[in-house]
Amino acid sequence: MSDITPGLWELLLKGLWVTFQLTVYSAALGAAVALVIGLARTHRLWIVRFLSGTYFEIFRGTSALVFMFLVFFALPIAFGWQLVPMWAAVLAMGLTYGAYGSEIVRGAVAAVAPAQREAGIALSFTPAQSMRKVVLPQAWPEMIPPLNNLLIELLKGTALVSVLGVGDISFGAQLVRNATGQSAPVYTVILVMYFVLAFVLTRGMRVLERQAKAGIGQAPPKRRKLSLRQTKDLATSGGTGGAA
Amino acid sequence: MKWDWSAVSDFMPRFWDGVLVTLQALALSVIVAFALGLVWAMAQRSPLKVVRWPVTAITEFVRNTPLLVQLFFLYYVLPEWNITFSALTTGVIGLGLHYSTYTAEVYRAGIDGVPVGQWEAATALNLPRSRTWLAVILPQAIRRVVPALGNYVVAMLKDSPLIATIGVLEMLGEARQFGSITFQMVEPLVVVGIAFIVIAYPASLLLRALERRLVR
Repeated sequence: MSDITPGLWELLLKGLWVTFQLTVYSAALGAAVALVIGLARTHRLWIVRFLSGTYFEIFRGTSALVFMFLVFFALPIAFGWQLVPMWAAVLAMGLTYGAYGSEIVRGAVAAVAPAQREAGIALSFTPAQSMRKVVLPQAWPEMIPPLNNLLIELLKGTALVSVLGVGDISFGAQLVRNATGQSAPVYTVILVMYFVLAFVLTRGMRVLERQAKAGIGQAPPKRRKLSLRQTKDLATSGGTGGAA
Repeated sequence: MKWDWSAVSDFMPRFWDGVLVTLQALALSVIVAFALGLVWAMAQRSPLKVVRWPVTAITEFVRNTPLLVQLFFLYYVLPEWNITFSALTTGVIGLGLHYSTYTAEVYRAGIDGVPVGQWEAATALNLPRSRTWLAVILPQAIRRVVPALGNYVVAMLKDSPLIATIGVLEMLGEARQFGSITFQMVEPLVVVGIAFIVIAYPASLLLRALERRLVR
């Protein structure tokens, strides 16, 4: 621990900031993709459902790291333009995790009671109005806990970009390791950093969930004390992260 | 740019080597993850607080930190403590350990899903603790969670290219090496990307079918 000089600590803190930025931007892009694809997968036209389903299956089927390599190495050669590494990473992460998120959006929207949609029709709302004013506000609180799990997966996924030379925490750790010649202290430190980030994100999402539930007149659920994630009681529900 | 089919055919021998290593790593780490996950899940139900608490803390920590960093940790730190494994073994341990914390949750859900009456019946029959677990609880719990465990096999398949970063020549590792020798990066990467979909998509269809059969 003592071998990490202030200059090297600064390197790690810079990396921490890059990781944070990556997480926020990718989450924003991912959320947009998830909403669009998730709603498109319930669309009444089969062609829209088919196209969005194909997108989902492709991104769910392929490995995030392989896709990242494609964005970094194949895109410049194939189309002749190259993204700044940071944005290439955001693009890759946003598209991949957006695909996973679309399943959460689709599930939550499908879980809203059919009577609510019928009420929308009875009030002669257009489908868009009914979605915006009736269905989504009720689906939103249901989405937050699984989205939190996904957000942590995304945070963990940002470590992959260090392989491609983006200066995040893991990249900083490599540099520190090379400088000090010791691996144990620096890797312990950054593992703790990731864990703290995940913890902070979880707390933030809990607040969001409490507000969202209060908005439709529900109390937040009780949870195990130490647990960062929503754990499901149904044995059948798979992970939201990898396969889902 | 032009798509070069000859690069694809040049890559093929390496690609098959990579597929073999990927499947090998996957099979071994699945075994580690399933076995260790069960250990975690049972330890979390231990009557002793000194067992339960550290296990919960460790699994939460491992689950919420990146696999990539854990792999680097194992790969660089263990040799400092005079424990040396090959890259593949390190990768298998890392991948298996990381996903064991996920499968632990799956097992936990399965065990929680076994009705309380089953535990009480075991007590009433005066079964020893080991027999309660092996003959009564686990057979019922595991049957229900097979599809969920299968999902994690697919997830592990998709995280297996991470072990290329510690020098294992699985599919992605082979593609990188081929690209750095021939400067043809696109073709091998696309081949590998398609290979993942070709393996993962039928697997997930199979799992959905299995889920319909097993869970009612």
